[in-house]
This record gives sequence, structure tokens and C-alpha cells, in this order.
Amino acid sequence: MKNLLILGAGTSGTMMANHLIKKLPKKDWKITIVDQYKTHYYQPGFLFLPFDTYTEDQVKKKGNKFIPKGVNYIQKKIDQIFPEESKVKLEDETLDYDILIVATGSKIAPDETEGLLGPLWKKDIFDFYTFEGALALRNKLREWEGGKLVVHLTEMPIKCPVAPLEFAFLADSYFRKKGMREKVDITYVTPLSGAFTKPTCTTALNYLLEEKKINIEIDFAIERVDNDTKEIVDYADKKIPFDLLVTIPTNMGDEVIERSGMGDDLNFIPTHKHTLQSKDHENIFVIGDATNVPASKAGSVAHFQAETLTDNIILYTKGYKLKEEFDGHANCFIETGNNKALLIDFNYDQEPVHGTFPFAKIGPLKLLKESVFNHWGKLAFRWIYWNMLLKGIAIPFVSRNMSFKGKIFDIKADK
Amino acid sequence: MDLNIAGIILDVTEDGYLTDVSQWNKEIAVEIAKVENIELTDRHWEVLAWLQEQVKNEVALSIRGIKKSGIIDIKEFYALFPGGPLKVSTKIAGVPKPKSCI
Repeated sequence: MKNLLILGAGTSGTMMANHLIKKLPKKDWKITIVDQYKTHYYQPGFLFLPFDTYTEDQVKKKGNKFIPKGVNYIQKKIDQIFPEESKVKLEDETLDYDILIVATGSKIAPDETEGLLGPLWKKDIFDFYTFEGALALRNKLREWEGGKLVVHLTEMPIKCPVAPLEFAFLADSYFRKKGMREKVDITYVTPLSGAFTKPTCTTALNYLLEEKKINIEIDFAIERVDNDTKEIVDYADKKIPFDLLVTIPTNMGDEVIERSGMGDDLNFIPTHKHTLQSKDHENIFVIGDATNVPASKAGSVAHFQAETLTDNIILYTKGYKLKEEFDGHANCFIETGNNKALLIDFNYDQEPVHGTFPFAKIGPLKLLKESVFNHWGKLAFRWIYWNMLLKGIAIPFVSRNMSFKGKIFDIKADK
Repeated sequence: MDLNIAGIILDVTEDGYLTDVSQWNKEIAVEIAKVENIELTDRHWEVLAWLQEQVKNEVALSIRGIKKSGIIDIKEFYALFPGGPLKVSTKIAGVPKPKSCI
């Protein structure tokens, strides 16, 4: 009997357990998945929690509901991986593996920025990348009487790169609906050279910022937060004052990766970007946010990766060469407020473009254009996530590799 | 796009980055730096060499990487290459514009 061990029962780990239980012969392989947490969060929902669009119950469920029968589910802390010995030490036992899949994700590291965890943290400074942070921010927004709202992104890469901008758009809608938009000054601060992380998006979509009267500060690399003057300060000594700061702190891989000496500066594991095999150990594979591949850290990416990785695990068990297949495909809805959304579809090489999705000419979803349909798509996605995506059911008509059908290559990135 | 520097025709991207690193030399760096209003000192050259080394080793450039470079801190990096230091310094070093856009 051989052991396949999955670390992390988040989006990626859960999907892999569901895929592999169907594909690996049960008489030869035992599948085990380890995660210390009991709750599985629908993380895209954290964007909607602060605005009272979703309730707490809509974004969390018990994790064991999604782990298939036949998979051994261990709820313990992971202490360290010993890749040379093919062992993983948990809090009170050690597991051997023949194949390891690391799906330990990424999380915020606010302590990486000086002053972020100062006296104003959770009083006037919030994150919404954690369940607790999103809830605390919701409670703050319910009572907030207005002032300078600064939405800030610390450094790339971050999970769901469009989320901070979506937050700014939704904040505009939220304060309009509350009849207090004129009391709120919204500024979006980014270390990048444009509002969007993809240059073609900045070209096509900058009008949204003007339309919503959102100020933008680009090329801002934060040095520290000044809790006394309520300002964020960058390395060039540029200061931006805030009354309410919503920040995306540095995102890092799990500490277990650091303890195991397997990660880069940000605890992400060097991974082959087309096969998802780790660069240092041939029996270790990495998926989702835990990798260092230059794709977005997003559930849709993990979903496409899972399909390629499942095939590669099977090939590996049979001793065949791995498929160099994963192309960095991402497919993201971007909420723009007022019940509209955009949809973007891109990969490692191809920037987002106009067109229709998933069917050429028909759509019904429009790429890189605002529509109500896209917004429904985003809301429907919560159902798809719980009922299809986690269970490893392929989403109809959406292929793992980016399709060039229905796309119009009409835009070039700005300078 | 072509750029004429010191009588040499260089192939550059739309935002002025050399497309072929092998075309780079010190005279070209001095000229690109002039356009950015920077007069290159020994300290600048040290940083430029370090950037080129990183790119050669396929290390992605970032502000965080500068912090850990051991040759310069971020404050000084900003002082040497005002504006967007990573964008400006890579242009002068003749290496591709850093992509942090994912």
C-alpha cells in the first residue's frame, strides 16, 4: 500500500482529494489529507461581508462535508515536512508518504509592515482577507460617519489580485446607497503602475475610477504606518492621510514551509509552472496559493491547476513523463458596484481582452465589459463553489487551458 | 521601437526598455540615466550590476528583494533612483521591466 498525503484542506487540497479518490486505485493507494482547521471558508465571500451583502453563514461550512469518503481526514497541526526522508511530522505523530501534495495556501502577514499592528489595528485599520477582519470591518462600516477612506495594497503577489479594487468599487456603491457618498473621500493606493494588476485592464477600465470618483495613488511602496498622524508613509516619504484604512497586508505562504526550509522569501515553494511538480523534490507537488508560479493566487486558477495536477499524479505513479500543460489560466469576475461586474480570462502569456465567454459570439458573459449578467455570474459562483468546484466536478464549457475562441485581440497595454 | 543613443540604434519596448540586453553598455546607461535626470555615481553602478546579476539568475525583482539584497536599503534605493526606483533602475540597467502584475 502506498501513501498519498495532501497538506491543507482548503480549496486546492479539497479538490485534489475529490479528484484523486476517483482516479487512484484503492487497492494500491491510501489518501490522507491534513488540516488543523474545522471550518472551510468561501474566501471570495469575504469581499461581500463588510458591505452586509453576505451573512457569516453564507461563507463558511464544516470542512469535513467536502472530504470524500475513503479519504483519511486528520485534523491536526502540521509541524514540519522532511522532504529528504519523505515524512511529515504532525503535532503528535509522523506520517510517511510516497507522494506529497502541498496545498497549504497563503495568508496575510501584517507584521511585515511597521506600525500596521499598532494601536489603530482593528480600530481604524482593517483587513478583509480574514473572516475576523471582514467581520470587524463590517461592524466599523455600519457605524462609520465618513471621512478619508484609503484602500491600500502592500505588495504583490496577493491572493485574488483584483479584490482590493473591487472593494473600492463596492465601497462607492455602499456609501451611495446609504446616502453619504459625499461625506466619503475614497483613495486607492497601489505599489503598481496602474490600478489594475494587468496593464490591458488598466487601459480598458480606468474610466471606472473616474466614474466612481476614486482617487488613485500609484507606485506607492509602503514603509510604515504612522499611528499618531494617521498616515501611510512610503520609502520616498510620501504621506497619505486616512480616517479609515483598509489594507491588504503582505501575503505569505504558511510558516510550515519556512520551518521545513522549502520556500522562497515569502514562503512560496519553487514549483515548475507547467507541471506543478516542486523544483527540488520529484515526489512533491504543489498547488494553489502555496506555489511560486507567476499565476494569480485565486480559486479559479487552483481549479484549473487541479485538473492538470490530477493527470500528472496519475502519470507519475505509472512512471510516465509529466504533461507540461498548465498555462496559468485564470478566470475572474470583478465586481464594479451597482450590481454589475466584469469578467476577465487570461493566462501566463495572454493579457485579458474583450470578447464573449464561454461561447464565441453568444456569451452570455462579456469579457472586460461591465454587465449585470457578469454580476449574476459572480453571485452564482458561490453555489458553484460549494456544489461543484470543491467536489472536483468540471465546470461545463470552461476548459483548463485558456481558449482563444470568442476573444477579440483589440487592445494593447498602455505604456 | 527604435531609440537612437550615442549614434547607436537600439531596439526598445514602448516604454523604453531594451529588448536585447546584449546591446547594453555603460555609455548607453549614462544616456538613459540622463533622460531620467540621474547622474550615475559608483553607488549607482553597484546597484545596476546587482540588478543585472539577479536577472541573469532569473530572480524576480521586487522592492522586497532590494531590502534583502545586502548591498542597498530601500531608502537609499529611492534616493538614487527617484520616482519609481525599480522601474527607473531596470531601464538604466538594460534589463526587462519587472513584472509584479499577476
